[in-house]
Amino acid sequence: MPPAMGAALVRDAWLVAGKDLRIEMRSRVGLNQIAPFAVTVLVLFAFALDTNQEALRTYAPGLFWVTVLLASLLAIGRSFAVDLADGAADRLLLSGIDPIAVFGGKALAIAVQLVVLEVLLGAGVVLLFDVTVYRYGLLVCAGLAAAAGVATAGTLYGALVAGLGVRETLLPVLLLPVVAPVLVGATRAFQDAFGVAGAEGWAWLGLLAGFAAIYGVFGALSYGALLEEA
Amino acid sequence: MSSPANRAAVLDSTSSRATRVLGWLTLAGFAVLVALAFAWVPEDTRITEQGDVVGQFDAVRLMFVHVPSAILAYTGFGLTFLASVAYLRWRTDWWDIMAHSSAEIGVVFGVLTLVTGSIWGRPTWQTWWEWGDVRLVTTLVMVLVFIGYLAVRRIPADSAVQARRSAVIALVGTANIVIVNRSVDWWENRTLHQQSTLIARKIRDETLFTLSFALAVGMVLFAWLLLHRFRTAYLERQVEELEVQEALVQRRAEASLGGDRA
Amino acid sequence: MTHVGYLIAGWGISVAAVLAYAGWVLVRGRSLSRRVPENRRRWMMPGD
Repeated sequence: MPPAMGAALVRDAWLVAGKDLRIEMRSRVGLNQIAPFAVTVLVLFAFALDTNQEALRTYAPGLFWVTVLLASLLAIGRSFAVDLADGAADRLLLSGIDPIAVFGGKALAIAVQLVVLEVLLGAGVVLLFDVTVYRYGLLVCAGLAAAAGVATAGTLYGALVAGLGVRETLLPVLLLPVVAPVLVGATRAFQDAFGVAGAEGWAWLGLLAGFAAIYGVFGALSYGALLEEA
Repeated sequence: MSSPANRAAVLDSTSSRATRVLGWLTLAGFAVLVALAFAWVPEDTRITEQGDVVGQFDAVRLMFVHVPSAILAYTGFGLTFLASVAYLRWRTDWWDIMAHSSAEIGVVFGVLTLVTGSIWGRPTWQTWWEWGDVRLVTTLVMVLVFIGYLAVRRIPADSAVQARRSAVIALVGTANIVIVNRSVDWWENRTLHQQSTLIARKIRDETLFTLSFALAVGMVLFAWLLLHRFRTAYLERQVEELEVQEALVQRRAEASLGGDRA
Repeated sequence: MTHVGYLIAGWGISVAAVLAYAGWVLVRGRSLSRRVPENRRRWMMPGD
């Protein structure tokens, strides 16, 4: 690939991501609906575990990531619903932007939203579940890598089900089994970062990064074929 | 067998000489398997150095349905993967129908694998389910992925669009299984499963022979199911095409009637 | 014989599930066959 083309890809991806994020900033659906939903799930977990502070602290990493995955379903569905309105997806296709750049841009926008959500939920578990963070570096890296993994896989599956009448029910069925390794890896890394279990956090970070890389490459390559059908 | 009524009955089905041979072979093989599994294979026991009698006892006879189910499930999913690759390469209906049929059979045997494994695990491991076991969790995720795959296939869509979408899901889903397997392996670095019983030769000769026989019967059954399922899926497409044609003819007839009136 | 209940359950469920699935495929194949003209059912041989 000539360097000029690579630069164009990055620039176009940046444009697509900027477009998606601007729409989110203006509509505030993420802020007004998805974020409150995620916090509500955390509160429900506290009710379910019978306000047992010790249990909440022990299971905080897993509960945190289950919440992120549930909220990510909403963010992914939203990202593609926006494109469906007024034939925006067709126009994006006609604009001549490479599908790889569209994929990269949409994944980046979803990842940014997930990171914001993670920060909010992170504050939530620290305050509500009485968690202490011991390793900030690991926490930040695992949070970023997991967001990248969920965003790449989510963008791929979001495009697969976009335009189908049953997409709201189909996306969870398809995506959740696939992101199970992210849940395993991110939970382990956070257990280490929170000091609730002696797990090799940095090794799990490798799994998360590998997952994001695999889905990034696969999604970028197959995105063109998926877009043309819509 | 050559009376006209009989002939019509033969024609109105997805059977052929090949499937009838496979079908009878499966039934005969199954009868022999039941005899071997319950009358010939001795119960699984070992005497430890301390003199205790341990083993699976008669629960070992569940292996003759559990192990073939697992192998058939993975054969089905593997075939789906290969057919999906072939579909993306050659884009023919044949490969798409093959992917669909083998995925469905894979799910049937995948669910059976989980159920029979659970029934076997209760007396042997003292638990219906064990999260620390890699193969168990991997199989569960695999079955879930392919249930999603079948859900996508059930959505009415243009056949080329659906075939392409399904093929991508099958490829991603299969690749994902490797990741799941590795992550679960690291997740709990222990496994309850009978590791390398075949290699260590702890398994009895009679049990091993019966397992191989069960697998052979299973493969014949798989071929029989796949042929019938493939033909059914093929017929589904023919019917769809015919319906579209009929609708077109009707539409044209209506249009010409309207023209006469005007 | 030990574990009789487990054996009956395991074998019974397996046989029942395969029979049910095979039956469903056969019945569906039959009803679809009737709707497709003979020349488009390419694998079937005239009576033997």
